[in-house]
Amino acid sequence: MIQEFRKIWKPCVIGLLWFLVLLWPMTGINSDGTLEFAKPFEIWLVVVAAAIVVMLLYSANKGGTLDGLYAPLIKLQKVISQKTAVLPNFVLIAVAVGFALLYPVIFTSRPSHDLAINVLIYISLGLGLNIVIGLAGMLDLGYIAFYGVGAYCYALLNIHFGMSFWVSLPFAAVFAAIAGCIIGYPTLRMRGDYLAIVTLAFGEIVRLILNNWMSLTNGPNGILGIARPGIFYPAFDGGLAIEHIYIRKLYMLYYVALLIAFITMICVYRLNYSRIGRAWEAIREDETAAELMGVNTFLLKLLAYAMGAVFAGLAGAFFASRMKFVSPESFTFLESAMVLCMVVLGGMASIPGIILGSAALVVMQEWFREFETYRMLVFGGCMVLMMLFRPAGLIPAKRMGRRSEEED
Amino acid sequence: MAASPILEINNVHASYGNIKALKGISLKVMEGEIVSIIGANGAGKSTALMCICGIVPVSEGDVRYQGASILQTAAEKLPIMGLCQVPEGRRIFPRLSVKENLILGAFYRRDNDEIDNDIERVFSYFPVLKERFDQHGGTLSGGEQQMLAIGRALMSRPKLLLLDEPSLGLAPMIVQRIFEIIEEVNKKDGVTVLLVEQNANLALQSSVRGYVLETGSVTMEDDAELLLNNQEIRKAYLGE
Repeated sequence: MIQEFRKIWKPCVIGLLWFLVLLWPMTGINSDGTLEFAKPFEIWLVVVAAAIVVMLLYSANKGGTLDGLYAPLIKLQKVISQKTAVLPNFVLIAVAVGFALLYPVIFTSRPSHDLAINVLIYISLGLGLNIVIGLAGMLDLGYIAFYGVGAYCYALLNIHFGMSFWVSLPFAAVFAAIAGCIIGYPTLRMRGDYLAIVTLAFGEIVRLILNNWMSLTNGPNGILGIARPGIFYPAFDGGLAIEHIYIRKLYMLYYVALLIAFITMICVYRLNYSRIGRAWEAIREDETAAELMGVNTFLLKLLAYAMGAVFAGLAGAFFASRMKFVSPESFTFLESAMVLCMVVLGGMASIPGIILGSAALVVMQEWFREFETYRMLVFGGCMVLMMLFRPAGLIPAKRMGRRSEEED
Repeated sequence: MAASPILEINNVHASYGNIKALKGISLKVMEGEIVSIIGANGAGKSTALMCICGIVPVSEGDVRYQGASILQTAAEKLPIMGLCQVPEGRRIFPRLSVKENLILGAFYRRDNDEIDNDIERVFSYFPVLKERFDQHGGTLSGGEQQMLAIGRALMSRPKLLLLDEPSLGLAPMIVQRIFEIIEEVNKKDGVTVLLVEQNANLALQSSVRGYVLETGSVTMEDDAELLLNNQEIRKAYLGE
């Protein structure tokens, strides 16, 4: 144990000193310009105490002193993983679907419904972006533009032509796909970093158009008074009649979001395991080789952009109907980056991974409101930790095979 | 041996920017032959293959396949016509499984039953791939990756197979095995093979005819046996 401690104490001390240097400017400078030394030092001492405890536990563990303590725990874990491995996949899926359907019954408060709707919107966005990034391997930093196109498409159709949500939904998808093709076409010759920068610029162009085309989009003031989705239901008073109402209850909106997320999941799943999905993966792995094997890379890359945009368009139309208001502010680069984070943190090309990643990031942002000013700091720190401990994402796409030399 | 040329390259020029990579090369491949192009680094061997497949644009000259020019044909259409390339450095799809790699080789084909049969046929050539069936391509060893690359190309049922340096970075034993299989594929399935190699000795031993490429032009062409016995060639490429 002492030997283990000798190995680690040096980097730990350096790390703690570095932490003090970081901590002081963050907590030691007051807003009125005065400096403070006692407070950061106090916080630092608590961290040092905690670090020492962790260091001791770590070296005890490495030295084998604690083995007896958690041997039963490891045994339990093994038993559990064996038991769950027996369960077929559809049971897990059924449990997840059941939970999603019963969510508004289990959690009845408004904020929890709001949160769930946000998660579902981001799941659609993340899965759509996954087609472009995870499958076709094109880094797209302007993805949120398609979300904006979908949202504005429904907003304008509703305000000017009074078209209802369900009728506008396909239009939003088609317009987003067209926008995807327009942005995709000139960028198809580019790869890697260049592609990322060009898509970033296109994303900003779309936002600036929304911001400055006063006569069409009402500029930065946004568009107000967009109708909620309506539902039809049969009424039986005095014979059968079909009645139409606009959804007001939040939990009803939740089900609409759930429907869109389900559609996205099923479509992306089907695409993933289709001939097209395999061709996309080949393009991601090696474009020239894919071309030599007879994959039409031009058409398929364009298709990847269009398909990705379709799901962003659907999510955008729902977003507009849910907020009853759209403005260019909702479609900034930060949003693109957030969706990208969900895809990468969740696990590229892995559908359950992206669902979990979207949920984790949205929920984390809510939780960390308690930290107020430091919210983004803690959020960023958490993302770094997630990346450190699960570099391939929360749920990686496929198990990685062993190197064949190791087997021999 | 049938006498009609399956592939004919006439006076092909190609360049990367200002650098001329090919200065008017001409060569012919007859149906059923194994023909090799040998030459040092930077002689333009790989460029020649990339020109045939339309990845590198041809600035002058013509490439004719089965009697028709394929200069205007898109690269992805060539496998349908029976022309498939195993690119230099293998270039398999590392994060796809061995099976998916093979299925992608038959991308243009829609006959699923036949594809399954062809996968079995590839496994009969390369039994080791069968053991690695589910593994990611990137986790295979170099030799296995080369086998996978050749297997993937065979999945498109080629009439003419272009092989770019199949011996690159492989142990002599494995290279020997791969050349045996190339000859087997040529004899059994009647696939014509155009081989690009630095390993002149092995390449010429398995082929019928050979071309020597030097800084973008063909400096010599002859029967493989005669090339093997040529003093200059022995000096320049066989290290004697």
